Amino acid sequence: MAATVQFEAPDHFLMDELYTDEHKIIRDSVRDWVNRSVKPVIEEYFEKAEFPSFMVKEMGEMGMFGPFIPEEYGGPGLDFMAYGLIMQELERGDSGVRSMASVQTSLVIYPIWKFGTEEQKQKYLPRLISGDIIGCFGLTEPNHGSDPGSMVTRFVDKGDHVILNGAKMWITNSTIADISIVWAKDEEGVIRGMIVEAGGEGYSAPETHGKYSLRASVTGELVFDDVKVPKENLFPEIKGLRGPLSCLNSARYGISWGAVGAAMDCYDAALRYAKERKQFGKPIAGFQLQQKKLAEALTEITKAQLMSWRLGNLRNEGKATAAMISMAKRNHVDMALHIARETRQILGAMGITNDFPMMRHMMNLESVITYEGTHDIHLLITGAEATGIPAFY
Amino acid sequence: MKILVCISNVPDTTTKIRFTDNNTAFDAAGVQWIINPWDELALTRALELKEASDTSIETITVINVGPQSTEPTIRKALAIGADDAVRVDAQAPDAYAVAANLAGYIKENPYDIIFCGIDSSDYNGSLVGGMLAEFLELPSVSSVSKLDIEGDTVKMNREIDGGSEVLTTPTPFVAIVQKGIALEPRIPSMRGIMMARKKPLNVVPPAVDEALTEFISYELPPSKAACKMVDAENVKELVDLLHNEAKVI
Repeated sequence: MAATVQFEAPDHFLMDELYTDEHKIIRDSVRDWVNRSVKPVIEEYFEKAEFPSFMVKEMGEMGMFGPFIPEEYGGPGLDFMAYGLIMQELERGDSGVRSMASVQTSLVIYPIWKFGTEEQKQKYLPRLISGDIIGCFGLTEPNHGSDPGSMVTRFVDKGDHVILNGAKMWITNSTIADISIVWAKDEEGVIRGMIVEAGGEGYSAPETHGKYSLRASVTGELVFDDVKVPKENLFPEIKGLRGPLSCLNSARYGISWGAVGAAMDCYDAALRYAKERKQFGKPIAGFQLQQKKLAEALTEITKAQLMSWRLGNLRNEGKATAAMISMAKRNHVDMALHIARETRQILGAMGITNDFPMMRHMMNLESVITYEGTHDIHLLITGAEATGIPAFY
Repeated sequence: MKILVCISNVPDTTTKIRFTDNNTAFDAAGVQWIINPWDELALTRALELKEASDTSIETITVINVGPQSTEPTIRKALAIGADDAVRVDAQAPDAYAVAANLAGYIKENPYDIIFCGIDSSDYNGSLVGGMLAEFLELPSVSSVSKLDIEGDTVKMNREIDGGSEVLTTPTPFVAIVQKGIALEPRIPSMRGIMMARKKPLNVVPPAVDEALTEFISYELPPSKAACKMVDAENVKELVDLLHNEAKVI
């Protein structure tokens, strides 16, 4: 039975013809789930600044965590295009919900799959994929954001375990996480990754309050005060920033798709409203200034859809570079934020209420444009790619 | 026990209906296709029955009469949980052609319970279930809103004027189901979608290739007139409008 939530996806360039039937079933299934489980309640959770924890179990049952993980570790073994489409639809619901799923998939499942030992994979992946346990990712520190290489969190070798000290900040899922992937320096100053189980002595995860953004998702800190981590929880091979940056690449790829979903949601809501709302005796969709906003939004969404589809194919082929993903993340999030602001204006005063999704998307996207590499840093990545001259510092 | 669920491939219920060829054909360009909602509920109930520990259902098969373009809809049914699928390779120009082709297959491949949705949301004919039962010379129960299996007997609730009727029937039979048979349809999981790749989808030739109905032309319903507001105090004006303008009293 069709869901009662109204949504008609803009598809100006007949993108559906480019997707396989299986990709369309995947996208439509997540779309149906978002219409059924996210859309009817998300404004309430956002307003209360509460994480809708029931969604974790449902997303796990649906197979939205680690969709590209092979069957042997409990995943469905889909491709990166499928992952992108899942993220697009989740963020059409809410960036906070998508953020939770992004972290679980790209920042926790992905590094264990790529860098973990066989024992670590068998121990954690099936439960992370099913949503039975939740993970988070600790890289950013209070004084080290865009420059993670300067991190001060450290560990010392104590034989069969290490002792971890330091603090991580702006951590999605921190307070609800059962495990965290923590990046810290060893005694030689080399960055290593490890799996830290929550709740041990010296471990705490205080929540960050007062957010005007991502209110339906949990953000907090991770504080390690002489936390004992078994040696077998360290990733054995990966060293340096390459480890965390490859995770961020996967996450940024998902974010670039997600932002398109948020933009599509704003566009659809505004178009529907503009056709129904009458002023001066005709629908406001018939006025040139409103058409300008809608036409520009449709143009930008269409460009982003094409870029995402191409990026999905490149990622499936192993040819999507960090710079390509960076460009897509920067472009799409900026595009979505602009569309959220413009489409909100179409709704006039109604646009500021929670009867419509624009304000929530707009507030959420202020985080999305900042995390996983700020808007400015991504510009410098493209600049370095174009000129061959890094201008970060 | 084997269950067969007949599924129809219909336009999404939010589709904007347009016609082509001088209003003699439905314009399928850009249309999203879905499993007919009542058929999807029937499939959901069949899956619930299979999962219930006290029933002995071996397989759930879905069957569709249609061209190759309907296969994404069939794959979705497999992703939701059907074990295998059959596509009778024929156009489905009218209810007779659909029912006769379903019957042609089922006569050779019998099932214990055959589910049909009460209606298909495109043409709203409400004909296929009854016709199919007649072709198969099987009993049928219509407007079924609840269905349980108790041993070899199937117990059902059927909606009737002012209430509901409870009845039982031995198998095999055709259950023509309506809203209420299951709470809400299932959404395919990613694992289900992946597993659907490996499930059999058998394409069989049609038993009949004729239709008994010819569509002459289509037209959209007239658009609704604008709502007219009448002051609650002004009953005289309301009666006058209902009498002279709306002409309903």
